Amino acid sequence: MTSTSTLQAAAGAPAATRYDVQRVRAQFPALAQTIYENKPLVYLDNAATTLKPTPVVDVIAKHYAMEASNIHRGLHYLSERATQAYEGARRRVAGFINAESEAEIIFTSGTTAAINLVALGHEALLRKGDEIVISHMEHHSNIVPWQMLRDRLGVVLKVVPINDDGELILEAYEKMLSPRTRIVSMNYVSNSLGTVNPIKAVVDAARAAGAITLVDAAQAVSTRPVDVQALGCDFLAFSGHKLFGPTGVGVLYGRRERLEAMPPVFGGGDMIANVTFDKTTYNTIPHKFEAGTANIAGVIGLGRAVEYVQALGLGPIAEHEADLLGYATQRLSDVPGVRIIGTAGDKVAIISFIVGDVHAHDVGSILDQDGVAIRAGHHCTQPVMDRFGVPATARASFSIYNTRTDVDALVSAVTKVKDLFG
Amino acid sequence: MSAIDELYQEMIIEHNRNPRNFRTIDDATHTAEGFNPICGDHFHVYLTVDAEGRIEDIAFEGKGCAISKASASMMTQILKGKTETEARELFDQFHKLATGELDPDQQGKDLGKLAVFSGVSKFPARVKCAVLSWHTMSSALDHVKVISTE
Repeated sequence: MTSTSTLQAAAGAPAATRYDVQRVRAQFPALAQTIYENKPLVYLDNAATTLKPTPVVDVIAKHYAMEASNIHRGLHYLSERATQAYEGARRRVAGFINAESEAEIIFTSGTTAAINLVALGHEALLRKGDEIVISHMEHHSNIVPWQMLRDRLGVVLKVVPINDDGELILEAYEKMLSPRTRIVSMNYVSNSLGTVNPIKAVVDAARAAGAITLVDAAQAVSTRPVDVQALGCDFLAFSGHKLFGPTGVGVLYGRRERLEAMPPVFGGGDMIANVTFDKTTYNTIPHKFEAGTANIAGVIGLGRAVEYVQALGLGPIAEHEADLLGYATQRLSDVPGVRIIGTAGDKVAIISFIVGDVHAHDVGSILDQDGVAIRAGHHCTQPVMDRFGVPATARASFSIYNTRTDVDALVSAVTKVKDLFG
Repeated sequence: MSAIDELYQEMIIEHNRNPRNFRTIDDATHTAEGFNPICGDHFHVYLTVDAEGRIEDIAFEGKGCAISKASASMMTQILKGKTETEARELFDQFHKLATGELDPDQQGKDLGKLAVFSGVSKFPARVKCAVLSWHTMSSALDHVKVISTE
């Protein structure tokens, strides 16, 4: 989505007719329910987690009902079926982000685990005084693992500033890079501001400086095509649950040579080739990083979710969400007292806002009683809240199944906040 | 009354707008800092307790939602002049009120106006907002400097 398309959407252009949102909604039974006193559910908390479509729920249920068994080690029929489904999901994910090989796809419990894995995997390569660069708009999951390394190893954590629109200040970033920069870890899309970062430029500059790059794509993969080879990043992480898949499963992509150079972090079953009390040799990638019985059903569900998104097409999805972003931005801006936090030129359909001096949690409770589910809080980005001088924001985030009617329900509920608090 | 109107009763809105005893006490005998890391609510509670264990003065300051702020404001009103023991008993009653374990019409008459917080029990996620200042007060009496609730 570009700023131009956002402007067009704001001017009132309807969503592209080829995107059939009602057909999408029919795949999400959660949306058909009414809550409280017969309020239709308006789900606008997609940046926290998305709802799950029937095909994903079904494939997980089918695994547990019909083929529950361990993978990579059973000689029997069910184990073979489960292994094929699990490795099929790995191929599907590799294709989804255009990895060169499925061996570069490691399944984790989520983005947080993936980032921690990279951090811990590089502990032995870092020396006191080495530098790690992140941005001011990172999720706590891309701050704390590096702080923990800093405190253990004496490495330096540098934070790229953002401007008043919530955009990365690229010139400041480029000046921050030095021969001591070892790792640059940055989000592609901000979960609290909706900002889309110029991630290709970030990666290019980091590579030129000789740094390892990690892209937190948790908020990106459901909104735009992500191509790891085109980006040229060393690592990329995302979660299943923000991509219409189950919770507790995620992906770490790592370029083959990086993964081969990285020591394993967790030891156990499946990650080994041979074990004696004297010596253990490790399995090849990706298995070297998948110790223990994996979240098999979760991985299979994630694979199905990726297939679902691919069938809808990220192009039409982006167009649909750009329309919602434009419409919602315009309508919310028209409500007196509403201030939108995060006004980047390039944004996904995430709107953080505050209503006068009403605390976000009060806004959240009032909207909830109208059936409108949003997130209220700091969104695991406390430094962003500090940057904008607010304790918390209300955040409405839109996805493939939301409509302009949902936006209207949001705006009507926000108006009630004004009425109640005066 | 709808659940939301029951939660945000006029008295709560009014105390949020004009919190009472919203100040510091420089020579407080007991202070504590309470925060909720999930929502960012953050209050300081100050008490001056005399030799007999009576609360001579109590005040608070900080930031939070309407429920937490109004609760803190009304807590300072009811606790002024009470003994430490009475304060702890009221906390216990208030906690039960907020979690729906106490019917304000039947029990807990001591709570008086604080009965307006009974609506909180229908919002489990907001109970912690209502009790934050009370937890902080009780920690201050226990000489615990910082507490956090989730």
